[in-house]
This record gives sequence, structure tokens and C-alpha cells, in this order.
Amino acid sequence: MWRSLQVTASALVFSAAVGVPVGTWLALTRFRGQRVLNALIYTGMGLPPVVVGLVVYLFLSNSGPLGNLAWLFTIKAMVVAQVIIATPLVVGVTMSSVRAVDPALRVQLRALGATRWQATVAALVEARFGVIVGLVAGFGSIISEVGAVMLVGGNIDGRTRVLTTAVVLETRRGNFDVALALGIILLTLSFAANLIMVMGQGKLAES
Amino acid sequence: MTKRRILILFLIFALASLTTLLAACGDKEKPAPTPTKEAATPLPTEEPTPEPAAPARLILATTTSTEDSGLLEYILPDFEAKYNAEVDVIAVGTGQALELGQNGDADVVLVHSRAREDAFVADGYGTARYDVMYNDFILVGPAADPAGIKGMTDAAAAFAQIAESGSTFVSRGDDSGTHSKEKAIWTAAEVTLEGDWYISAGQGMGEVLTMSDEMGAYTLSDRATYVARQATGLKLEILVEGDPILFNPYGVIPVNPEKHPNINAELGQAFADWITSLETQELILSFKLNDQSLFTPDSEAWRAAHSGE
Repeated sequence: MWRSLQVTASALVFSAAVGVPVGTWLALTRFRGQRVLNALIYTGMGLPPVVVGLVVYLFLSNSGPLGNLAWLFTIKAMVVAQVIIATPLVVGVTMSSVRAVDPALRVQLRALGATRWQATVAALVEARFGVIVGLVAGFGSIISEVGAVMLVGGNIDGRTRVLTTAVVLETRRGNFDVALALGIILLTLSFAANLIMVMGQGKLAES
Repeated sequence: MTKRRILILFLIFALASLTTLLAACGDKEKPAPTPTKEAATPLPTEEPTPEPAAPARLILATTTSTEDSGLLEYILPDFEAKYNAEVDVIAVGTGQALELGQNGDADVVLVHSRAREDAFVADGYGTARYDVMYNDFILVGPAADPAGIKGMTDAAAAFAQIAESGSTFVSRGDDSGTHSKEKAIWTAAEVTLEGDWYISAGQGMGEVLTMSDEMGAYTLSDRATYVARQATGLKLEILVEGDPILFNPYGVIPVNPEKHPNINAELGQAFADWITSLETQELILSFKLNDQSLFTPDSEAWRAAHSGE
């Protein structure tokens, strides 16, 4: 269970670190081919995790291009797959919520002498609810993911077994009660994390 | 500004309380996935190995039957203690296990599909194949037995009868050792696999047994997984057994370091030597569920020791 949290937390941090800036930048700039890129990002939001897992496996395999990293069947491989799955979600939601901020705000701030950077940060602050929704969505997809982490992590007892893959194993063994108990722990964990994010959202609203 | 500070403090507090909460549940969750750990302490071990070096890591790609039945949990601690190693078990279908070996992602494979094992060695991906043990496949189905095959001794004839009666049959459909065997029997029965009665599930043995149970369908299972699942309430019955075609031998193959120099070939070979040794073979025989041995030892060393019987 610690491992579930460890994988989820590291993957979410990476996704947020990449996703929020990229999403903001995409929302505030215009360039040719942007629509195609948007469509690509929206496709990425629905990436089948097993396909991501397969591609990551092929890259990290001993016969693959990144084989000598020896990341296969480790937590690192799982985080890589999870980041690929969650980042488009964070980018997509951040992008649309920043875009929804009144463009006049930035124009006004610039007119009042704010730097470009300050105006961008202000827009991001205005869009904070949307950004948090993006993070919540990313969190949900990461913590509930099975197929990709099974493939690249290998579901190794004491090493890469996380809550979801343990549920699969126990189901296969016919230990439905244990599997269900693990499922309840997973849900509780998810609920606790979401509660914290929602309460943080409430606090933000007051400020 | 103070509000923001309050928010940050709140978040820190929330994180801290979550951490404590997790620590509390973590202790409870741990014993769940390995219920038989205590029972798994193997045969009398010799004096502990003196060198306290960091344990080496061995990646074993194997079939779901060896893990789901609980055999590996039972025998592996002995290997880990003797060789100061940690065995990482990747339990997948035989097809995927051999693929992992072929790509150099495992150090040793333990599978059950004789023809493909021999091809794997012939193609140079494995150094050699050693007999380890066997169990047998059984044809299981609902007690009502709509195809009327109970007690038949010819598996192919029973398969043909299932097809003829149009009774539902769930296939693994995942290129596993069991699936290979099933296809061989269909070929022997000269049945073409089409129609609503034939369901290709694409899942592991445990899931397929559950599906068959729920659907009142027939399926082919290895005995080990079936017996293990019977202990957890499976209602399917053994209808056909004992046909020589249902023989299910397991082999161990160390992956060839010539193809993949960075695998742990030495430990892979040590594993093959260990699992075929007389002592481990006895350990395999002593692994029982409901008073039945799930696997019968069959290594060269074992056969030599028991040839007089």
C-alpha cells in the first residue's frame, strides 16, 4: 500500500510539473497547427493504459533501446508509464481552464505595468479550480491503473506489487474477500486524497 | 497573505495526518497477500550462510499456475536462503514468459509447454531445458454435465462430445501452456472452433475457472490451480482425467547469456540446479492442499533416486 502511494505521488508530481506549465503555455499562445495539437492532447487523455504499458515495456526491455537502464520490473518503470498516462489529462484540463479565464484580465494587468510573467501567473491563479480538477483527474487515473503497471512492474511481491495488481492476483486466486478488502483500502486512500484536495480548493476560494 | 499562510499550514497538517493514517492501515494490509508465509518455512535448513553480502536478484518468469497455487511461495524461501538471493516472480502465461526470456528480461523461465520450450532452446534463447515436475490437466465442468462426458477416459472424444452438444466451453485463449494443450486436444478431436458455444476468454486460469463456474461451462484446467481454487469455493467438478494426452510436464530453462550478456546467468543456472535437486524435489512433493500433492517431482535426480520403485 505504501508502494501504491509512492508510485502515485511521484507520478503525479512529475505529471503536474510538466502538465501545468505546458497546459498554461498552450492556453496563452497561438500558433499554426494548434488545433491538431489540441486534438492530440485530447486523444492522449484517453490513452489505453495497456498500450502505454506495452510501449514502455518495449522501450525498457533488455532488447529495447533503453534496456541498459535496467528499469524494467522496477518502480521507476511504473512511474514512467503512469506519467505518460496522466500528463495529457493534466495538460488538457489546465489548458481549457486557463483558456476560460477572461483574456481582458491579462490585458489589463499588462496595462497596469505587470510583466508578462506576472500576468501569466495571475491567469493561472484565476484558473486554479480547473487546475486542481486536472490534478484530481490525474490522481484518479494513476491510482486506479492496473494493466500498464502489471506489464512493466511485473507484480513482484514486496517490490512492484501495488494495491490494484494485488487485487488482480487475489481475484485470480479466488480470494475474493481479500481482493475486496484491498479494494476498500484503495477507495479509502483515494477518498482521503481527494478530500484533502477538495478542502484545499475550499481554502483557496476563501483567499 | 496570512490566509495563504494558513492554507499552507493546513495542507502540511493534512498531509501529516494522511501519513499517520496510512501507516496505521499499512500494518494491517501487509499480511493479507501472503497468508501462507509461516507455513512456507521449508525443510530443515542447514547452518545459515556466513556471508552477509547484499542479496542478488533473480528474475523468474513463470506461469500463473505455479504462483496462483502457492507452490512458489512455499519453496522459494529455501532458494533465497541458500543462495542469498531475492527471487522476483513474474507470473504470466507461458507465451509471455518465454517472450520475456527471449528479450532478456528474465534470467530463468519455468513453464509448461514442451514443444515451445524445445523451440526456445533450439533457437538459442535458453541454454538447456530440464525436467522439473508434472501434474495433469483435467476437464472440469458443471455437476449437471449437459454433454454427458463424466467418466470418459478419452479426452479428445469428450471434447468432440462437448462441441457436438453445443455446451459452453471457456478457453484460456491467451497462448498459455494450458491453451496450447487445449488446442492440441481440439485438433485431435477434429473439431473446428466456431459458434457461440466456444468462448475465448483471454485470461488466466483462475479467472477462467471463475467464469466457467458462473456460466455452467466446461473448461480445461491444470490440476494444481483447480485444487487450489476448490479450497476457495469453486463448484466445478472433475469430469475427465487420466488420459495420457492430459499429461502436463513443467520444465526450467536458464536464459542464454550469449544473447543477453547482462542477465544474471549464473544465478539462473543455480536456480535450475536447485529446483531439480533431490532436496527441492522432495519439497515440491510435500506441497499439499486438501491432502493432495499438487505437483509430482520428475527431475533426473528424482527419477534416478526412485528408479527402483
